[in-house]
Amino acid sequence: MGGMAAPQVAPVETPDTEEVPAEDRPWVTIVWDDPVNLMSYVTWVFQKLFGYSRERAEQLMLDVHHKGRAVVSSGARERMEHDASQLHAYGLWATVDQA
Amino acid sequence: MFRRQGGFCVATFAADEVRVLRKVASEVVGLLTEGFDHDDPVVGRLFPDTYPEDPADSAEFRRYTEGDLKTSKIDQAGAILAALPDTAGGEVRLDAEAAEAWLRALNDARLAMGVRLDIKNDTDLGDELDDAVLHDPTSARVFQLSVYAYLGYLQESLLNALLV
Repeated sequence: MGGMAAPQVAPVETPDTEEVPAEDRPWVTIVWDDPVNLMSYVTWVFQKLFGYSRERAEQLMLDVHHKGRAVVSSGARERMEHDASQLHAYGLWATVDQA
Repeated sequence: MFRRQGGFCVATFAADEVRVLRKVASEVVGLLTEGFDHDDPVVGRLFPDTYPEDPADSAEFRRYTEGDLKTSKIDQAGAILAALPDTAGGEVRLDAEAAEAWLRALNDARLAMGVRLDIKNDTDLGDELDDAVLHDPTSARVFQLSVYAYLGYLQESLLNALLV
């Protein structure tokens, strides 16, 4: 090994939201309300998969329940797809979208 | 129903409970193997479109993930079948890993039954069962609704036992 140059990391400026082109907007994983999943189970899945505190997981579960849907994670598209397929393994109804 | 005993979630099942659990877990396995059909609304619920507004992206995602998802769902239903006593009733002891597989499998079974029974957000299970009994106490719907309610209680008791 050797001979590799150190990566050049340029400082990144945070652009205004309105100026972010569509392809740079973050991706989100959305969980939708459904009539079968138990509220306690959904809370547990959020804690388990995302490491959220009980309070945060419960609030997300309530958002799903009352508003019909909630964003449960955001970031790179590949990560959101990973999250969605994990949620599907637990039987939650999850989709991926761009914020 | 499940209770906590040291590091294990433990339940004692009567023979008819074992029979019901074996039946629902086998039905899930059947649905995911020889009976697998994308046009079945149950399959649609267990394998939701990841991009509901983009069928091409959904299909692409499905192509890469569906096999693994199917395998894990078959495995977790298998965890129920593996832990059940043979035919008569008996005790089931689950370590944390098996308990989690049971939780996911019970959830899949309830999702499948929920679609078949047309369970909606405003469905009152008690009312639904009363109506079905009034209509015909020996009907398959009475039995299915009872099983669906039973699986919900069982799943809740297992989650409570796991989180003690």
